[in-house]
Amino acid sequence: MTTTRAAAILLTKELRLEFRTRELLSTTVVFAVVVVVLFSFAFDPTSAESRRYGPGLLWIAFLFSGSLMLNPSFSREHSNQTLDALRMAPVSPFAILLGKMIANFIFLSIAEAVLLPVFGVLYNVSLAAIAGRLVFVVMLGSIGLAVTGTVFSAIAAHARLRELLLPLLLLPVLAPLLIAAVAATASLFAEDPALDRAWVAFLAGFDIVFLTASWLLSDFLFEE
Amino acid sequence: MKLRLLATAFAAALIVFAGYAALFIAPEELSQIAVSPVQRIFYFHLSAWIVTFTAFFISFVANIAYLSKRAHRWDALGVAGVEVGVMACTIGLVTGPLWGKPVWGIWWTWDARLTTTFIMWLLYISYLLLRGLIEEPARRATLSAVFGIFAFLDVPLVYASNRLWRTQHPQPVIFGGEGSGLDATIAKVLLLCVISLLVVMIPVLIDRYRLELLRHDLGELRFRADTRVADTEAASSAKVQR
Repeated sequence: MTTTRAAAILLTKELRLEFRTRELLSTTVVFAVVVVVLFSFAFDPTSAESRRYGPGLLWIAFLFSGSLMLNPSFSREHSNQTLDALRMAPVSPFAILLGKMIANFIFLSIAEAVLLPVFGVLYNVSLAAIAGRLVFVVMLGSIGLAVTGTVFSAIAAHARLRELLLPLLLLPVLAPLLIAAVAATASLFAEDPALDRAWVAFLAGFDIVFLTASWLLSDFLFEE
Repeated sequence: MKLRLLATAFAAALIVFAGYAALFIAPEELSQIAVSPVQRIFYFHLSAWIVTFTAFFISFVANIAYLSKRAHRWDALGVAGVEVGVMACTIGLVTGPLWGKPVWGIWWTWDARLTTTFIMWLLYISYLLLRGLIEEPARRATLSAVFGIFAFLDVPLVYASNRLWRTQHPQPVIFGGEGSGLDATIAKVLLLCVISLLVVMIPVLIDRYRLELLRHDLGELRFRADTRVADTEAASSAKVQR
């Protein structure tokens, strides 16, 4: 079976599992909204201030909710002993990883699609004019988050205190992604919105570096 | 044993001499940096950075070697490198602000180099935490090697992103190029300090490496002893039943 085919099957399995209960998505969205609301107490949410702090706020909300959401990705398999079944399946380890990465990317995108309009309304930032470019930047950032997050979720699944450990492993590694995503979003929130190519290229570079690294190292993540 | 004693004595003598040289032989003034006795911390500050990077690089190489060779000694070298690197990194992070406060007027600035080091320190602390939280030795070795490689790859990205970010937002504190136009005595003392800290690093690294190997052997022996006890218990209970 080719890697793409195996990844597609695993992706359908992940999606089916999630959309039966939708528990992961609903908790993530609520958590992200809580973060966004709490930030309104940390600074004065006028329109000008929101333009300044908005990008950072958005990405902190994405990163925190993402690092929580990515946890069950492998720990669920671990606690149901289904990881062994996955391991025994005649597919490459990267296919397992890729299927989960795409699934996590889709979940993240759904959560972000809910959160962005809420943010725009609550903080008086009009997103209609920059919607296309904003979605592009958010997608690039989410790919990086899903790729590294899925790998680290596989690492943390075997450890004690894994719920606490995953954000600890993930967030420092995501520091460059956070800087690039915030800077790219800030250039869109400016008075004269423009897509900052340097930061977009940096985000794409981050995604490529870590996707390649996870492809190279995927064999070691699932061995017994 | 004799060799190790001799090496330890040599490293100790060297570091004492380097300390003396940094405090008394080096001239009072470094180019562009305000005259203050605190500048003498710089000799050890820079040396600590060099040790940090060397140790993390050794660990990165050991992580790759572990994944390809699967020999336990590479895992031991990996953790030894990270521990020594974190120690040296902590020295750098403490001596830096001590120097920065009188000279810059502030303890800390989010400059690319400082931020990168801080993130790097956090990354390797997480590496050590991860190791503490995985029980099975083989799995711990593999997964921490994977994480170590990710962490090492991340460091240049952190630096690049901060560099790009800060050039767009200039900082109030501008770091005068400390490498430019060094006095000959300063250069010599600096070299001495770098070499002596590296000489100190090597025995510490080797000792930590040996300790990790011993710990691994102890774990194996304990496991074997436990299984033997379990076997004899099972055998005796089988006898009683008969």
